[in-house]
Amino acid sequence: MKFRAKIVDAACLNHFTRVSNMIAKLARTCTLRISPEKLNFILWDRQPSGGASTWCELEQENFFSEFQMEGVSAENNVIYLELTSENLSRALKTAQNARTLKIKLTNKHFPCLTVSIELLSVSNSSRIVTHDIPIKVIPRKLWKDLQEPSVPDADVSIYLPVLKTMKSVLEKMKNISNHLVIEANLNGELNLKVETELVCVTTHFRDLGNPPLASDDASLDRDPAEMVAVLVDIRKLLPFLAGQQVNPTKALCNVVAGRMVHLDVLHEDVSLQCFIPALALA
Amino acid sequence: MPLLTQHVRDENRQYCLVASLDNVRNFSTVLKAIHFQEHATCFATKNGIKVTVENAKCVQANAFIQAEVFQEFRVEEESVIFRINLTILLDCLSIFGSNPMPGTFTALRMCYQGHGQPLMLFLEEGGVVTVCKINTQEPVGTLDFDFCSTNVISKIILQSEGLREAFSELDMTSEILQMTISPDRPYFRLSTFGNAGSSHLDYPKDCDLMESFHCNHTQVNRYKLSLLKPSTKALVLSCKVSIRTDNRGFLSLQYMIKNEDGQISFVDYYCCPDEDIPESES
Repeated sequence: MKFRAKIVDAACLNHFTRVSNMIAKLARTCTLRISPEKLNFILWDRQPSGGASTWCELEQENFFSEFQMEGVSAENNVIYLELTSENLSRALKTAQNARTLKIKLTNKHFPCLTVSIELLSVSNSSRIVTHDIPIKVIPRKLWKDLQEPSVPDADVSIYLPVLKTMKSVLEKMKNISNHLVIEANLNGELNLKVETELVCVTTHFRDLGNPPLASDDASLDRDPAEMVAVLVDIRKLLPFLAGQQVNPTKALCNVVAGRMVHLDVLHEDVSLQCFIPALALA
Repeated sequence: MPLLTQHVRDENRQYCLVASLDNVRNFSTVLKAIHFQEHATCFATKNGIKVTVENAKCVQANAFIQAEVFQEFRVEEESVIFRINLTILLDCLSIFGSNPMPGTFTALRMCYQGHGQPLMLFLEEGGVVTVCKINTQEPVGTLDFDFCSTNVISKIILQSEGLREAFSELDMTSEILQMTISPDRPYFRLSTFGNAGSSHLDYPKDCDLMESFHCNHTQVNRYKLSLLKPSTKALVLSCKVSIRTDNRGFLSLQYMIKNEDGQISFVDYYCCPDEDIPESES
């Protein structure tokens, strides 16, 4: 098992730092999946009831100038590591204004992800800061738990509104109830609703637009105004929105009635997907 | 939101209270100033809305929002009264965020059909509409402090900044705040008696912050600090404060609050004294 990668471009380095900051905000520990083409940060919220999961995907060639890896075997050319997300983001904090960043899988008494940062200095002497981040290599028998959740065909797929507005609305709604009803239709309308004995609050977003559905025949015989609903735990959704620092290039919400919400957000070349299972509709 | 406006217009006739304003913060800010208890009693007449909050039958806060603050204000009956959960009302009013981006305003339309009916809020910002239905409760009688201007012994008008610092630095280990107002030195003194000793803060009669000072004879009153502390919320927002005490030692604090459009609202605090101190002691 080998892994060694290098970033030399300042913009790529900044971008990689931003991604790791976002991951650190979303979860305490994460799984890093390394394959020849891609890096994935996988966030699992391990709950017996079926927790939410978030998948972050980066094309390695968009970030790294050098990228070598050798998986467990030729036919299973992947590596799965578990690490504390904050350790990575903290290590990368030193990398601002760095000349190069190297990431390497090492074994120093215990397995580590070694991040060495070559800093710019006024004189010619170069300074190198090295962080050894302890990791756990995930054995092959546990890989099957880390497969990307498959998305059943969405009943409604709709573009998300400005995430900042959505976030502030959900933050206030969370004070009222943890149970959020998400309703969407094929007319570009999205409703967020919380209800208790005391109060019922509904926020209506309009003119959001719908991307074409994968299965065209299904949409033909459906009334576009018909709302499809799903009940989710607001606390699963909020961290995902709170982690978004800039407005994404594309943000999509797929609703599978009564079963799950799939949020698909694209930041330039970083794709972020969040799968939130539905709670039973009351 | 043409659909929504139409819907509202059709139902207008059956509402006994309709109020709209372009900037919800002109309303919510004043309510925040009295938010130290969960429940509030709202009292609307053609002059405006009075919202009352009480604690321990010893302190009462009233926020007055005059009809002029609203762009539309109609009360179909002599007076409309209901009790509401203030925490929920404030969460609803600030659903689009407490600190909006400069230049964006949340518009509000508030409707109430009458006894036993919910309070309806329609909030709109940037084309996004939130509808809130807050259940109201049976109003309970509010305290009458019988604070009559003919019984007033001393009256001080201060610029709020003068009191703001004093209140933020009050020794909270002291159970009471002692207020001495006298026609001679020390004129106006705030004292606390805490674990670390006692402290006195004097305002000379002719200092810049003092706009007016009337006092015929010396009065020393003690007030529970825990009851006065919540008034800091109003103090922070206000530009001027009037401090009055009557012959029974009851305290009236009246805060003048200027909203973003330069209109003025008032928040009153009434507090009963903690115990009587014989005048000879002072």
